[in-house]
This record gives sequence, C-alpha cells and structure tokens, in this order.
Amino acid sequence: MNWTTLPHTLSPGIVPLFAIVLTLGAYLFGVELEKRLRSPLANPVLIAIVLIGVTLRLLHLSYQDYFTGAQFIHFLLGPATVALAIPMVRALEHMRRAFWPMLSALLAGSLIGLVSGYAIVRLLGGSQEVALSMAPKSLTTPIAIAVSASIGGIPSLSAVLAILGGILVAISIDPVLRWLKMDEPSAKGLAAGTAGSGLGASRVIPQHTLSAAFAGVAIGANGILTAVLAPIVVPLLKHW
Amino acid sequence: MSMIRSIFILLLFQLTGEALRTVSHTSIPGPVIGMILLAAFYIVRRREPSPALQHAADGLLSRMGLLFVPAGVGIVANLALLRSTWLPISAALIGSTFITLITTAWIMHRFGRRAFIQPEGL
Repeated sequence: MNWTTLPHTLSPGIVPLFAIVLTLGAYLFGVELEKRLRSPLANPVLIAIVLIGVTLRLLHLSYQDYFTGAQFIHFLLGPATVALAIPMVRALEHMRRAFWPMLSALLAGSLIGLVSGYAIVRLLGGSQEVALSMAPKSLTTPIAIAVSASIGGIPSLSAVLAILGGILVAISIDPVLRWLKMDEPSAKGLAAGTAGSGLGASRVIPQHTLSAAFAGVAIGANGILTAVLAPIVVPLLKHW
Repeated sequence: MSMIRSIFILLLFQLTGEALRTVSHTSIPGPVIGMILLAAFYIVRRREPSPALQHAADGLLSRMGLLFVPAGVGIVANLALLRSTWLPISAALIGSTFITLITTAWIMHRFGRRAFIQPEGL
C-alpha cells in the first residue's frame, strides 16, 4: 500500500470528510498564526490555501477530490452573500445620508478598476487577451467570469485574478487606509467591496456594522455597474 | 426553531435570486440578486430584521474568509495560467487593486464623512 494514496485506500467516503476537516483545520491554524504574528501578511485565508494546496499535492489528491467535501463550505457563500442585506438594512439611515458620495465613489472605483487593470497589462507588453481578463478582476468571482467571457477575456484567468485581488485587499486594506488616515468604517467597507469584492471585504465586515453595510452595497453595485460599463468602455480601450 | 427560520429565509431569497437569474439571463449571480431582494423587502416593509436573523447573519459574516478557502485552493490548480506572463499580470493586479482601493476610499472619506458629521445635509 502506497501511503500517498492512503485516503482513497481507507474508504472512498472518507475523502469529503477529510477535505472539510482539512479546510477548517487549516483556517483555524491561519487564525491562530495571525493572532501570534500580528501581521496583516499572516492572512488566514492565504495561509489556509497554501497549507491545503501543499497537503493535496503530498497526498496526490486532485482539486476535484478536495471539492467533493469542500463544496459544503463553498455552498455557504451563497447564504452569506444574501445575509449582507442585514447590515445594509441596519445602516440604511447612514446610506441615505451618504448616498451621493457613495454613488460617486462606486462609479469612480468601478471605472478605474476596469481601465487601470487593462492599461497596465498592455503598457507592460501583455497580450490583449490577458488585459481583458484583468479588467474585471475586482468583481465578485461569478460576475468576473461572466464579464470576462463577454468581453473576450479568459474566464478561468479572471477567476484566479479575482481571488488573488481579493486576498491582496484583505491583506493590505488595514495598513494602507490607516497610513492614509482614511480608515473610517464607511470608506473602508466601500473600498474593500469595490476593490476586492467578498474576499477583500471579509477582512473588514466583522470590524463594524457600517463596514459590513457599505461592503455589501459595494460588492453588488460594483458587479452590476461593471457588467453594464464593460461592454461600453472595453471597445474604446481596444481602440487606444 | 428561530435558527431554522433564519436559514430558511436566507436560502429562500437565494433561491428566488437564482430563479430570477435563470429567467432573465443576466450575469448577476443569484446570491447578489437575493441580497438586493432581502434588503428591499425590509426597506419596503419598514421593519428591522428579527434578532434571530441578525444573529444568523452575524454568524455567517463574522468569519466569511473561511468560505472563500475552497475556491481559493482552485488557484493552485490554475497557476500555470499565471506563469506565462507573470510580470504584466502581477504589476497590473497590484497596481490596479491599490488605485481602485485608494480612489474609492478617498472619495467616500472626503465627501461621505460630512454626511455623518452634519445629519441635516447642506
């Protein structure tokens, strides 16, 4: 018996359970490490992804094997996204008061995210296909995939970039906005949701009800705005 | 019972969102439509969500990062895509993400903060 195929050999039903335990364990380890190191670089999501990636490789388990169990955790993303409506309703009065600044910030963030991603890839000699895959990287993954496909990008590359961008926001938002002295809850939530969608916002959502409320709006609004803007803006970019 | 009711409400709105997405052929994901519908429901009815639902939402949202781990592991399977043109990709990802983050935060900070300090507006 080869130890590397151990999970399969023991029982086929053990793999999904193993995947769930591995995911929870790796994440808890990440949270613990974050507490000890007190560095934003020690991000629990990033730590968990690396640990699980290495474990799967060592055990010769494919991503499909892993997902048979991990899908149950992945499934909860749906109700969690719906649940973002709750902090939004609780912060309704704040949103009414800040409606125009919020809309301007969302529009600017949406447009700049789309254009700058495309432009930097092109300026550094990347192909048009890669640049088009970069354009929707700030969006929540399912919208990023759909927009990428509609403008001629590579959907799976956009999905990878959306996740990496989200991790980058989760890691950097606290130190960057503190350094720029812009770290009040509403600006933080809106910026995290616009630049890093759900994964980026997962960092600031537990910090404050206002952060959670504005992050929820930003995740939805940026997805909708970009889905509308991309087909108009992208042909202009291609010209240039 | 109240926890089951909360789960039921969240999944019911997600299901409605998915159904609307399928019918209307939009690229907006079902959960995002569900989120908009649930917010609209409470806004139109001028009601606060029940404490049980608020509790369930807090539970799901307080450690939302965990829920992204399974999808994130998928990037390990796709790393070859990045290897080919890593320099433009990493520069654009980092540069564009920071520009977007800082612009959005700056506008909201500069113009939105006034709304909270002066409740009556201008």
